[in-house]
Amino acid sequence: MSVTLESACELHPQVSIRPEPFGALAYHYGNRKLVFLKHPDVVAVLQDVASYDSVADTLRAHHVAPERWDAFISALSSLETSEILRVRQ
Amino acid sequence: MSVSNLTTQLKGGLDAPICLTWELTYACNLQCIHCLSSSGRRDPRELDTTQVKSVLDQLRDLQVFYINIGGGEPMIRKDFFEILEHAEHNNIGVKFSTNGTYITADNARRLAAMNYLDIQISMDGADRATNDAVRGEGSFDTSIAAMNFLRDANFGQFKISVVMTRHNVSQLDDFKKLADSYGAQLRITRLRPAGRGADTWNELHPTQAQQREIYDWLIAHGDNVLTGDSFFHLNAFGESLPGLNLCGAGRVVCLIDPIGDVYACPFVIHDQFKAGSVLDEGGFARVWRESDLFLSLREPESAGACTSCGNYDSCQGGCMAAKFFTGLPLDGPDPECVIGAGESLLKSATVTLIPKPSMDHSRKVSIATGGHA
Repeated sequence: MSVTLESACELHPQVSIRPEPFGALAYHYGNRKLVFLKHPDVVAVLQDVASYDSVADTLRAHHVAPERWDAFISALSSLETSEILRVRQ
Repeated sequence: MSVSNLTTQLKGGLDAPICLTWELTYACNLQCIHCLSSSGRRDPRELDTTQVKSVLDQLRDLQVFYINIGGGEPMIRKDFFEILEHAEHNNIGVKFSTNGTYITADNARRLAAMNYLDIQISMDGADRATNDAVRGEGSFDTSIAAMNFLRDANFGQFKISVVMTRHNVSQLDDFKKLADSYGAQLRITRLRPAGRGADTWNELHPTQAQQREIYDWLIAHGDNVLTGDSFFHLNAFGESLPGLNLCGAGRVVCLIDPIGDVYACPFVIHDQFKAGSVLDEGGFARVWRESDLFLSLREPESAGACTSCGNYDSCQGGCMAAKFFTGLPLDGPDPECVIGAGESLLKSATVTLIPKPSMDHSRKVSIATGGHA
């Protein structure tokens, strides 16, 4: 996994998010990829992750149940691969 | 959420389109025999620069990430670069389709300096004869010249956009080679019986055997070749092609025409599929979100005559525009249905009234086909 609970992440600066009834659309203006975000709580975490020191802090603040943390790490890692999300330097 | 659930959600419509096509003008220096918009002459009601910019501002507010600009030949507009710059400043990505006539060395450098810009050069034959038979004499050389200018200006990866016809299916590998030689990306799309394409569809549309050829070729080339998701009716052959397997008309797709009218998709310029105008009160957003037509297109559709066919989940009944302009019922098979249901229906006597496009901007006198054009 490219993203771990300890990672400090942010939305890629070239990405824009548009809320939709099914969740949201994320568009990367650089690589022109359009990604369907199908879980509203992933969208919320994604939009807020830059405000926290780690992914774990973000998940805690968003009251994500610990048994779902693995699924979130997997979702965020896949978003990191599509350059929607990036690890802060 | 599974893919099919996403499809269900998309069918219910989005807050704004994903794929918005905007034909900026009906004016065109070419007279292609399959032109979707029957372009040629400028419409005197064409949106002016101020109106175009105001619509771009509306699209920005709706977070439309990118738009597909076409025509007519969009670069024929004197304010073309001003429009591109306005879109760029508002973070609206632009992909525009052009026949390449106005991509000079200077314009290529100007385009290369812009951000969020994609260019599609249209080409309908991998050789001069095949291409020019559809697009007019000299058009192959024009496209090649434009591609050379873009390469020399270091534009980066542009696209070569091909409408598949009976005469160019056998050239798929040649198109790919040509695109590769420019570091360009190949895009192939389906011929629609729309605009002047309605008059030439019978002679130009691929045969059943060629449809299989297109499908096999696309399966072999996967994501490397773009299709605008236009071949989903071929999914009935087996494994699904990459992309959204649905008719996006009024759901994720729409068309703004040169005078500001909003249609369900670029292939149905007909009053029956006109949802409103960007000039109406409430602008584009209201048309997209509230027009009776778009709301009805987002209702679950009936499979109609295809209900009992096991392929319906794969092909979704095909393309609404293709059915409409060949006179087939919208809840029946696509005219190019891979099991031949559309073809046999067309051969039967039940198809009597074929709708004509509502607008025709073709030039009254067609371009000379001899050497003195």
